[in-house]
Amino acid sequence: MAYKIIVCAKQVPDTNEIKTNPETGTLIRDGVPSILNNDDANALEEALKIKDAHPGTVITVVTMGPPQADVMLKECLAMGADDAILLSDRALGGSDTWATSNAISAGIRKAAEKMGGYDIIFAGRQAIDGDTAQVGPQIAEKLGVPQVSYVKKFELDGNKVTVERALEDGYEVIELQTPCLLTAIKELNTPRYMYIRGIYEAEKAEISVWNADDIGVDKEKEVGLRPSPTNVFKSFTPKPKGAGQKVAGDTEKEIAKNLLISLKDKNII
Amino acid sequence: MNFNLTKEQETVRKMVRKFATNEVEPIAAECDKEHRFPVETVEKMAKYGLMGIPYPTEYEGAGGDHISYAITVEELSRACASTGVICSAHTSLCTWPIFAWGTEEQKKKYVPDLASGRKIGAFGLTEPGAGTDAGGQQTVAVDMGDHYVLNGAKVFITNGGYADTFVIIAMTDKSKGTRGGISAFIVEKGFEGFSIGKTEDKLGIHASSTTELIMQDCIVPKENLLGKVGDGFKVALSTLDGGRIGIASQALGIAQGAFDVTVEYMKARKQFGKSLSKFQALQFEMAAMKTQIEAARLLIYKAADMKDKHLDYSEASAMAKLFAGETAMHVTTKAVQFHGGYGYTVDYPVERMMRDAKITEIYEGTSEVQKIVIAGKIFGKK
Repeated sequence: MAYKIIVCAKQVPDTNEIKTNPETGTLIRDGVPSILNNDDANALEEALKIKDAHPGTVITVVTMGPPQADVMLKECLAMGADDAILLSDRALGGSDTWATSNAISAGIRKAAEKMGGYDIIFAGRQAIDGDTAQVGPQIAEKLGVPQVSYVKKFELDGNKVTVERALEDGYEVIELQTPCLLTAIKELNTPRYMYIRGIYEAEKAEISVWNADDIGVDKEKEVGLRPSPTNVFKSFTPKPKGAGQKVAGDTEKEIAKNLLISLKDKNII
Repeated sequence: MNFNLTKEQETVRKMVRKFATNEVEPIAAECDKEHRFPVETVEKMAKYGLMGIPYPTEYEGAGGDHISYAITVEELSRACASTGVICSAHTSLCTWPIFAWGTEEQKKKYVPDLASGRKIGAFGLTEPGAGTDAGGQQTVAVDMGDHYVLNGAKVFITNGGYADTFVIIAMTDKSKGTRGGISAFIVEKGFEGFSIGKTEDKLGIHASSTTELIMQDCIVPKENLLGKVGDGFKVALSTLDGGRIGIASQALGIAQGAFDVTVEYMKARKQFGKSLSKFQALQFEMAAMKTQIEAARLLIYKAADMKDKHLDYSEASAMAKLFAGETAMHVTTKAVQFHGGYGYTVDYPVERMMRDAKITEIYEGTSEVQKIVIAGKIFGKK
């Protein structure tokens, strides 16, 4: 059978390249390349695997962001997604996770009208810029579908989904029915690259850009900076830790002894 | 005049850079050491469309252009020059002449398998006594009415040991000489009388398969004549014009790769109490090399752009290859020098890059041959 899949993705600054302004504590975003958020690439890959196994499956990627987020959406198309929707509006700027999930769940409802419903929503666990891991689960709550976060293994049989959900010291196996929302972690799969043919086709593809009115959200009460219940009070860069101390010694026993001496010296033990 | 890459070309570079970093670079030293053709990498390149970039999608190509193709060979070669030339020889020397000179039937039969990378291609022009001097061909093709019989041997054939499809140049009428006496044929690995001879042991590009091809009463169907009888010289020269863009891109990639690792090494390596990167004598050399690399890149992209626009790019590709090959040799030699003793060991990639660079001044026309092509444009052909 063919499935209808929605993937939630976010364009984020490449944290490998990012620096913070030591005085203000804010991120320096100028000149930092933007990428598809890592966990979201895993989310898309899992959707693409379903498409590979079930021809006729349709994947729509949904994101919220500034107009230049279309670059990330085109990458998703070049990897094999069928359609891409960008929720973009000044009124959406400054949204916290609650407001963001209001907008995205509204966007998904509208996308579902276009697609004729959906079977699975994949999201990444969290975005590397905010690290909240809240938006995926909140979308599921607002859409009223069951969800499993931290998915590291996924199986699909008809409308039955079996997943392994990673825990700190193991994993749990959970069965659920479609429609559902799953958040992916990097252990789930290895994302594919863009296809060269896909790169050329994606550049020609039309990306739907929807504003707040298009998705029917209340700009005063549901989205944007003002209605957001959380506000960033202050951000700062933690002081770097001093260099560690290496305990030396010729044998393991001697190293352990030296460690004990040093701990005692510092009145730790 | 527009020096900006298109969005597609930028994205192709991003994709191939990532692919090369993850799939090519980690095994480059091992493939070099073991003289191993990276079959698994070529399969992945095929999957993502890297084996047929400038061919239309209706022939199962990626629907890209020659600048994207040049970028691809450059980025692959930045990590591993052998992987770069596998792509280049396949794309420029085998798929291209069939695509450009083939009948619709030939194109339909051969291009989709090649452009999709399901099959690998190679090109057989060089012989022990004839390289760029194609007129010295000893391989002969005799018209037997319903088929041709080919006899002879080709040497230094890139991809030889792994190719399924070959474009072979042979003499059909010695009395007519180079122009008119030579023809091109599409030969499949399985044709009767066709076999692979010895594999060359080379200074560099160890992971590239360089072999002899032997044709002993090799039977080639009539419909596998590529172009008209006597077109072989034109087929060969036009193929080499394009091939030079690929080799120039390979040279550029080698130079850029050696340059990049040297920058990192210079920042990390301390002598006389400071990083090598603080010595102005070395800084100046690096500045000059960066300029040379960028100049090579512009020559290559110009030639590729001219090819996409169907202009006469013969001189442009000769200039690009001449300059890029010399740049690769110069930059890699300096890279080894700046690495000092470490650079001479196999623990660092620059010695491999220096060995790999040399071939770019030799194959698909030596630097001297490129000068003949360019001089011909200045003074006219004799």
